[in-house]
Amino acid sequence: MSERSPGERPPAERLLDQSPRDRSRRKLITTGLAAAAGVAGLGVAARIAQRYGLVPPDHGGIYGLGETLTYASQRLLTSHSLAREFPRNQISKPPFANEMAPLKEEFKRLQAGGFADWRLSVNGMVARPASFSLDQLKSYPSRSQITMLQCEEGWSYVAEWIGVPLSHILQAVEVHPLARYVVYFSIDPDWWESIDMADALHPQTFLAYGMNGDELPVGNGGPLRLRLPRQLGYKSVKFITRMTVTDSLKGFGEGLGSSSSEAGYAWYAGI
Amino acid sequence: MISHPRFYWGETGNVLTPVLFKLPIPSSRALVPTGYGVLPDQNGWSRYLHFQAAWVVVLTGLLYVISGFFSGHFRKDLLPGKAGLSWRAFWTVIAGHLRFERPSAAEAWSYNPLQRLSYLFVIFILFPLVIWTGLAMSPSFVSAVPAAVNLLGGQQSARTLHFFVSLALLLFLLVHVAMVFIAGFRGRLRAMITGRAGTDTERT
Repeated sequence: MSERSPGERPPAERLLDQSPRDRSRRKLITTGLAAAAGVAGLGVAARIAQRYGLVPPDHGGIYGLGETLTYASQRLLTSHSLAREFPRNQISKPPFANEMAPLKEEFKRLQAGGFADWRLSVNGMVARPASFSLDQLKSYPSRSQITMLQCEEGWSYVAEWIGVPLSHILQAVEVHPLARYVVYFSIDPDWWESIDMADALHPQTFLAYGMNGDELPVGNGGPLRLRLPRQLGYKSVKFITRMTVTDSLKGFGEGLGSSSSEAGYAWYAGI
Repeated sequence: MISHPRFYWGETGNVLTPVLFKLPIPSSRALVPTGYGVLPDQNGWSRYLHFQAAWVVVLTGLLYVISGFFSGHFRKDLLPGKAGLSWRAFWTVIAGHLRFERPSAAEAWSYNPLQRLSYLFVIFILFPLVIWTGLAMSPSFVSAVPAAVNLLGGQQSARTLHFFVSLALLLFLLVHVAMVFIAGFRGRLRAMITGRAGTDTERT
């Protein structure tokens, strides 16, 4: 059992260490205590994470822990990093457009009018709620980025996206300092998403109205699409008409933060 | 895989760009060749499961590798000795497998040279590669660490490599489980869980 003579040890320890069974019992107790400490630690960690905005709205359910770890790590490590931008010769030719659901009557009517009546309304926790026409958006300083759009299905393409940084619009309407999310809606009522302020104020988050030096084609989300190059394509909502700034996602749909989350997809799609 | 059974090399890939190879899965849509006709879209929950499992792999893997270095497990049990690194030693093992021999009792106590090399390959090559190629597909991760994807030749290259490395891991798993069955399922499983080989009375 043991190489050392029993006399070398205090009697109490000798008693504890009498047989392999006792040894494994001691192991069991230590492991149990460590597990209990671990669970308590997790509880504290959860409170802190909630406080610092590291918990995604889809944190419930059996996949919630993994999702929270992913989102929290990304927020701690990559809040300010910039998505890769590509040289002009890397732009995908011919440009690719995903298939989409048939467009509704309302969209066709606006399209027939050259989108002159297209509006983007911004409300919620802002000092000056506003509604912008496309021409108004285009009158702001325009920016462009050559970034990749990656679909969760596996395909991808690179395009030049032209638009106004969302942060510019959020400054114009003056976002309340306690705001935490921006919820944005497509003209298609089944597609809405939300992002946290780190992404909303990120310099590459655009309200895009142009692509590859031209107007944004309808097939790619024209006349107005949100571009969020650090997350998968489904967060870059097409045909955007409405935005709400908020401090809680509870009042929107099922409270999961997006139509994708309600359909079972991750809310945070930066992976 | 089902949702886009086409694989590419380079940065981007879609139905309009040249394909490296395709999996023979019938397409349900014309423009984006998704295999949802074979299996309806399961990407929501399966992606959640995938990334949750990735955390389990990364965290337990780190614990395993760190403790393996400290305890000398890799050096003592996995690094093949000089004698183990000869063709002859490998051939002995392979020949035994080809004759479908059950491993001898002595093998219950230590890994054979072929086993040692495959375990080291899985632990230090395949797992790091599958994690790296996976992270290289994350648009947010590569915004912070662009080299992760640039070194692999692009995001679609990372996806293709991720596919092959995960196939290699799957192959390892299948062979591993098959060998456990051949070596005697109950005995081997008991040995894995308790760390004791053979009968319970030994080694006390």
